[in-house]
Amino acid sequence: MILKRIILYKLSSAWMVAALALILSFPFFIGIALYIKAVPLFDIQSVPQLITSSTWSPSEGKFGFSSFIFSSFYVTILSFIFAAPVCLLAGIYLTQFASQKLVSFMLPVIDILAGIPSVIYGMWGILVIVPFVRKVVAPLINIDSPGYSILAGGIVLAVMCVPYMLNMLIETFNTVPTGIKEASLSLGATSWESIKHVVIRKSYPGIISAFGLGIAKAFGETLAVMMVVGNMVQLTFNPFKSGYPLPALIANNYGEMLSIPMYDSALMFAALILLIVILIINLFFRYFIYKTQRS
Amino acid sequence: MNKRKRFEESFFKILSGFAGFSLIAILGFIILIIFIKGFNALSLDMIIKTPKGGYYYGGEGGILNAIIGSLYIAFGATFIAILLGMPAALYINVHLVRYKRTQNTIRYFLDALWGIPSIVYGAFGFTLMLALGLNASLLAGIITVALLITPILIRTFDEVLSTIPKGLHEAALALGSTRTEMAFKVMMKQGFSGFITAVLLAFGRGIGDAASVLFTAGYTDLIPTNLDEPAATLPLAIFFQLSSPIPEVRERAYAAAIILTVIILIISLSARGFSKKMARKINK
Repeated sequence: MILKRIILYKLSSAWMVAALALILSFPFFIGIALYIKAVPLFDIQSVPQLITSSTWSPSEGKFGFSSFIFSSFYVTILSFIFAAPVCLLAGIYLTQFASQKLVSFMLPVIDILAGIPSVIYGMWGILVIVPFVRKVVAPLINIDSPGYSILAGGIVLAVMCVPYMLNMLIETFNTVPTGIKEASLSLGATSWESIKHVVIRKSYPGIISAFGLGIAKAFGETLAVMMVVGNMVQLTFNPFKSGYPLPALIANNYGEMLSIPMYDSALMFAALILLIVILIINLFFRYFIYKTQRS
Repeated sequence: MNKRKRFEESFFKILSGFAGFSLIAILGFIILIIFIKGFNALSLDMIIKTPKGGYYYGGEGGILNAIIGSLYIAFGATFIAILLGMPAALYINVHLVRYKRTQNTIRYFLDALWGIPSIVYGAFGFTLMLALGLNASLLAGIITVALLITPILIRTFDEVLSTIPKGLHEAALALGSTRTEMAFKVMMKQGFSGFITAVLLAFGRGIGDAASVLFTAGYTDLIPTNLDEPAATLPLAIFFQLSSPIPEVRERAYAAAIILTVIILIISLSARGFSKKMARKINK
């Protein structure tokens, strides 16, 4: 009886440790596998060359990633500009002003939206945002735009990131002790002043982290962006023109990548760039959260 | 209170209220558009038939292949995720309960893992698939999606387990149970509805993700009968049909989107139901 329990204990502990170790080693496995796949590419072009060159011609063996990287950052930053202020204000409203009833209605709604697949957002983008950019925004400033553009990608991404960032912001604002806000109110500050000087200041690290993680999410988002961004290789500052972010590059070309030499290496290199950028952003901001949570 | 202060106060109150309500409006708008657009093409045939000849030119048929394929992949992946994730989450909260630092480090890495985009998992799954000599198949899709959802399952389950009072651990250990018995008989029981929530969340994520199965699961009009056959998935069915130039086919993509949205809604609502139950239990 005792022996059986001990054996069971040993076995299940081993299973637990193995499972945890396996999961924690995923990022390394992924990184190494992608790196090995991308190595052949480094033999023809050096990494700085790959990142800075903008000539993209796989059939000639020329792989320049700069326009993809640029597009990725452009779309991400644009979505951040749209989403961040709205999220911040909505977060403040839901935690400071709104009635309990509204909040308990909104939280599940936000959760559900965070769970809606990106292909649905992408479809909504095609149905609503693309025509909106083509017929409303572009004519407004006298520009011809196909609609499938960096701007459309940014808007769709912003809408996708809102639930994600808002969740984190609400959590942050809720951790601010009511006592210090009340102290500020009792000193005669208006409630907006208390929010501005106490709540926001107190949750500053949390806000920064929520924004950072939102950016990381936007950077790696694939399908929704790919459906509305146009997917044309070009380096342009004009948000009404098409872009071609890294995830879209990978997703669009998986079919042909085995038929052109080095193409698969190039795509795996693109995945590696994504992985590294996103891991760095994630690790940095998560560390920020843990540091501030402890103090 | 002077005038400027009063103005600032009401200005920001209105502005933030506007931001909050416009979010509700946008979100409602999305759901509304999806349902209005797809409602016409939605029919029983969509759900109970596989694509027939000429389906992609507007012919007869439905997307049963994609619904079944998605369910297979999501179930398979969730199964693997449970096998890996449940013991891992229990380990963090049972064996490591005295090592706060290690716990936090592990949580830190799991959170970072959660942030890796699905396209990277897809690319990795693809290299893994080639290395193992597999073709685009149900199995490859299941493995890739499992990688994607395991961190979600662990972290969600772990959050619930960490709220279980430490006194319960100590009581179980004091009665002479091994840690394993404590983990499976006390922790699992206490955190069971949290476990179900975590599983449902992981399942929902698995069924809705497209970028990870794009490379690995392939696409077929048939319902897969074996692990080494390719499988269609709902998100990809929407994606492919949406890029068709034929209006009828695009209409069906809208209808498929309704099906996917409804599945996701059911999953997230039941996940919420379970987590509410959990909250009540703890408050008792």
